[in-house]
Formats: sequence, C-alpha cells, structure tokens
Amino acid sequence: MSAQPKRPNVPSRELLEKLFRTAYKIRVFETEGIKLYRQGLIRGYFHPYLGQEGIATGVCAALQEGDYIASTHRGHGHCIAWGADVKKMVAELLQKETGYCRGYGGSMHIADISNGNLGANGIVGAGTPLGVGAALAAQIKGSDAVTVTFSTDGASNNGTFMESLNLAAIWNLAFVLVIENNQYAVSTTIEESTREPDLYKRGLGIGVESHQVDGNDPLAVYEMTQDAVAKCRAGKGPILIEAKTFRHMGHHVNDPGKYMPADKLAYYKARDPVDRARNNLTEMSGIDAAQIEAIESEIRKEFEDAVEFSRNSREITIAEFEAFTADY
Amino acid sequence: MYRDALREAIDEEMARDKTVFIIGEGIAERGGSYKVTEGLLAKYGPKRVRDTPIAEAGMIGVGVGAAIAGARPIVEILYVDFAMLGMDMLVNQAAKFRLMTGGDGRVPFVMRTQGGTGGGVAAQHSQSLEALFYHIPGLKVVMPSVPADAKGLLKYALRQSDPVMFLEHKHLYMTKGLVPEGEHIIEFGKADIKRPGKDVTIIAWSNMIPRALEAAAKLAEEGIDAEVLDPRTLVPLDKEAILTSVAKTNRVVIVQEAVRRGGVASDIASIIQEEAFYQLDAPIEIVAGLNIPVPFNLELEKASVPQVPGIMAAVRRSLHLAPAAIAAQ
Ligand SMILES: Cc1ncc(C[n+]2csc(CCOP(=O)(O)OP(=O)(O)O)c2C)c(N)n1
Ligand SMILES: [Mg+2]
Repeated sequence: MSAQPKRPNVPSRELLEKLFRTAYKIRVFETEGIKLYRQGLIRGYFHPYLGQEGIATGVCAALQEGDYIASTHRGHGHCIAWGADVKKMVAELLQKETGYCRGYGGSMHIADISNGNLGANGIVGAGTPLGVGAALAAQIKGSDAVTVTFSTDGASNNGTFMESLNLAAIWNLAFVLVIENNQYAVSTTIEESTREPDLYKRGLGIGVESHQVDGNDPLAVYEMTQDAVAKCRAGKGPILIEAKTFRHMGHHVNDPGKYMPADKLAYYKARDPVDRARNNLTEMSGIDAAQIEAIESEIRKEFEDAVEFSRNSREITIAEFEAFTADY
Repeated sequence: MYRDALREAIDEEMARDKTVFIIGEGIAERGGSYKVTEGLLAKYGPKRVRDTPIAEAGMIGVGVGAAIAGARPIVEILYVDFAMLGMDMLVNQAAKFRLMTGGDGRVPFVMRTQGGTGGGVAAQHSQSLEALFYHIPGLKVVMPSVPADAKGLLKYALRQSDPVMFLEHKHLYMTKGLVPEGEHIIEFGKADIKRPGKDVTIIAWSNMIPRALEAAAKLAEEGIDAEVLDPRTLVPLDKEAILTSVAKTNRVVIVQEAVRRGGVASDIASIIQEEAFYQLDAPIEIVAGLNIPVPFNLELEKASVPQVPGIMAAVRRSLHLAPAAIAAQ
C-alpha cells in the first residue's frame, strides 16, 4: 500500500513552476515572518512550516476550486498553498482590520471560508472531524468537492482521529486525510508516542486506503494526492496519506529545538523541499537561473508589499468590536 | 405530544431546506430512543437521516464541520451527559468560529439532546447541564417546556446561523399540548408567560415549568397569585420580560433542576439585583438541585431536585418575609 504511484508522464513546466512558486512563497513567508516576530510586530504563537513546504505545496496543487481544506496550528503553509492573499495573511498576523479575520483570529486561526479554507486550528486534532464534516456537507449537497484535512503525527493519537476517519469511511466521503508526520509533537518523538511510527497503517485497520509518501518531495506529494483526489471524486474515498517530513527548527519561534538531533536535522536539510522544487523546475523544464531569480524576487517583493500594506492598515476599533459582539 | 412537535419541526424544515440533515445513534431505522425521528428515514432517505457509531466527539465535530461548510446538521446526542465527549468541538470550535474568523465563518449547527432526572437512570444519565453551555459565549441555549415551544424553537434553530444547544427533557417527550400547524416559529430570546399573576414571579424552564405551574395552581387556593415565566431560551435571555414581570410582582422565585452551584438561576438572580434591586420586596429565592450527583434510589432522586412543595415554600417565604409584609403585621 505504501508504494508511490508511477509518474504518469513528464510533468508540465506549468506544474513545476507552480510547485516551486508555492514552496518558495511559503519559505519566504516563514523566514520573513519570523523576523517580524522577533522585531515584536507579531504577538502570540507562530509555528513555522519551514522544512514541511513540500506537503502543502503538493497537496493543494492537486485540488481545484470548490474543494475544502482544514488546517493545523502550523497552518501558514496550507493557507498560502491554497492560494491565499499574502497581504491579508500578514495583516492578520499584525492584528489589522484588513487581515483575513480582521485581527480576531491571528496565526492559529487564519481562515478563508468563502474560498473553502476552513481554517487553522489551535486545538491539535480538531481539523479531522471538521474536515469530515465538510466532506459530509458536500455529499449531502451533491457536490463533487473533495476535502483535505492536514493533520499531524500528534493528532493521530487523539480520539477524534479514529472516530472521524471511521465516519468518513462508512459514509464513503470524498475526504483525504494528510498526516504530516514531522516526527515530533513539540519535543516528544513519534517513537515515544506510538509503537507503530508508520502512521498510514492506522487507516488500514479500518478499511481506508492508505499510503506513505516522502513529504519533502513536492512532486511525489502532488502525484499521490492527485490520485487520491480522483478516487475520492469517483466515490472511492476516503484516503489517508502519511507524508514523512521534519521541521527545520523548533516547535515555534521561541523554541530553540535543542532536542532535535543534529545529524537528523542535517539529513532532512539536505533534502530540502524548496530546493527539490527548484531543482525539479530547472532540470525538468529547462528554465534558466535568471528566470528562477526573477520568480524569487517577484515573490519576495510580494511579501514586502504585504508588510507595507499591513503596516499601513488600521486595527478594529472598540466601537466596531462592541457592535460585532453585541449578540453574544 | 412534545416528541411529535419536535418531529414536525424537523420534518417541515427538511422538506423546506435540502441542506438540513440529521445524524445520531439509532435515529434512522429505529427512529431514535424517544421516537422523535420516526418515519424520517423513509421520507428523506439514508443520505439525510443517518445512524452513527458510538462516537460522540466525532459526530459532534463532523456536524460542526458540515455547518461551517454550509449545511444545516442536526446532531442528536442520546443524553446530554454524553455530549461531554464532544465538548472540544462545542466549546473550542463551534462557539469560537464566528469571532475567530472576524464574522466570515458561521456555524448553523443544532445539537439536540435531552437531560434531567426521571426514570431512575442515575448519575450519568440524569444531569441538567445547561449552565456549562450557558457559560460559553457563542452557543445558544434552548430549553423548551411545552410541545408548541419545542416546535417553534426548533424551526427557528434551523433557520438561524449560530450553534444551538437544543436541550430537551426526558420527562417531557410524552407530554401533551396544542401545537400550531405549519409555519409556527418562535424567535430566540422571547420569554413566555405560562401563567399570568401579580403576587410573585416564578422563573423556570424545561421540566420545572410543569412543576412551577402545579405549585402556582395550589398556591392559588391559598390566595396567592403567582406568575410563571418561561425564558424558553437561556441564551439569548429575555431580560426585558423578566424585568417587566419583576416590576409588576416585586418578588422572584427561580427554579432550576440543575445543581445550585454555578447555575443559571444564580446568574439570573444576579441580573435582577443589578437591574431591579429597588423593585424587590423580598430576597430572590432559588430552588435548585442539590450539589450532588443524582442518586439512583427513587426517593433520593426526588429529594435531589426541586419538587412542588419546595417551590411553594419558597414562594411563601418570598411573600411573608418581605419587609413590607413584616412592617404591616
Ligand atoms: C488538544 C491540544 N493539546 C495540546 C496542545 C498544545 N500543543 C500545541 S502544538 C502541540 C504539538 C503538536 O504536535 P503535532 O500534532 O505533531 O504537530 P506539529 O507541531 O508537529 O506540526 C501541542 C502539544 C494543543 N494545542 N491542543
Ligand atoms: Mg508533529
């Protein structure tokens, strides 16, 4: 079950460029975002997606308009890969009125409901039942939408993981559960958390087609998701995909991550998903270094503009706040 | 009957809105433990009327997710006691979503469940847990006491867009009452005077309404004219109706089946003393469940929740201990 699907044909330049753009945009967002955090411009929790970019990038490239995603506390990458407006994301982190949630949500709750992003979540594991619910809503409404929940190794030991995946299974829902197995829940290793660190096997036990993929390979993730999504649209869902990966730093910005073994970190950094996407693009499409540089500076500029936009945005007023919360 | 009124509401709303669906344990073929969903499977099919495994956290969470994605789920939980397994989904997800998303996200989710004592089902199947939900901003709390209210409030619940804790009472399913047919809708936040009176206001809800009415009828024989006010929804609470009644009677007795400690009655009392202190002629009386888990033994079960004589005694205290009355003696 864990074999990856065969590459059907040579990926198009368009696809390769899309994968690289997304992965790079997440990388820039997180590295620059951390700087803003350290300058004191962002408050609260900031869980960087650095090192895991390949997963959101590959998964979202296989989805289409009308589909849904549900995300995690480490959600910036999913949001960006889903096509979010970086301006509104930065504005949300800076608690501005122009942010996705008008400053009411922050990093852990960025959502874009009208576009099918059901949001990041501060409760580990909560996205699984919510995503299954969205898939159920799609089935009831007779739509062919697929819902992907990005979940985590940590969440796989939570009760709702099995409860909701099982509901998706008995109801044949168009639901893809992507477990981002970064092998840590804060400082607790996957081996400490379970006897069976191959998490895709959890799905097999309840009759759910389940696979494992290298999460640092955006193209492989894309191909596997595309296959899963096609099956879901054909009524053969749900499907579970475990994507193995590793964080490039501690759990959040203020966690030095000293517990992460240096050799393992080096191993994964040598398999950097952003480099992988860039190399794929240059090697398979023949695009040259100047073109790559042009893409990169365009994305960096987009982020700088977003910061500028956010700094110039206002915050919600107390009067607006009172009006908004009057009926609670 | 109460249960038929609930069924009528669900039936009418499912016919009107194709996104309304219902899930729960044994609700499809079996029609639910209280027969509320009987016949709905045959009428609306297995897509919209589904049995679930015993997975309360999962089904509540899936319901909340479906609501976020634009459907109108009704999740039936057998006993409110079992809703505790899904508290994360109610408290941290459903209740928070609208604010966290700056108003973009709405959760038109209805959890139907039942609570209260009756039938000797002991400590884990007899609780009245409305205060837990009442405490969480973002949840609406609805507690119908009569069939007509059950229907009107459930229909309204299925047309508004916030998560609703629709708390029925296991003792009320078989109670009778006239129910208007068709478009009978009761907006949230509108109290109902179940019995008008001028001497004292008894505020009660759910299964405490029949008890309050029985107490009021007996008190009438003693020449005491009690008003019985049913808020019907605890969130939103019809403060105005409460204050209007207090202005008329100047005396208040609040009756709740739930345990006294940290209860909704205490909060209503606090609101009244804040907003109408100088209109009170006597201390506010609260008649509530004892601060204990509900015992199995029938006599002990009865002793642990308000009964008619206790309500009557509180009303008499309220009348006879009033400073004005003492002064007049
Ligand atoms: C229900 C719940 N328990 C605990 C936490 C605190 N917490 C936040 S992130 C985290 C670790 C999560 O690890 P994992 O689920 O593997 O996700 P990762 O951080 O690795 O992406 C914990 C324990 C939480 N947010 N929610
Ligand atoms: Mg992890």
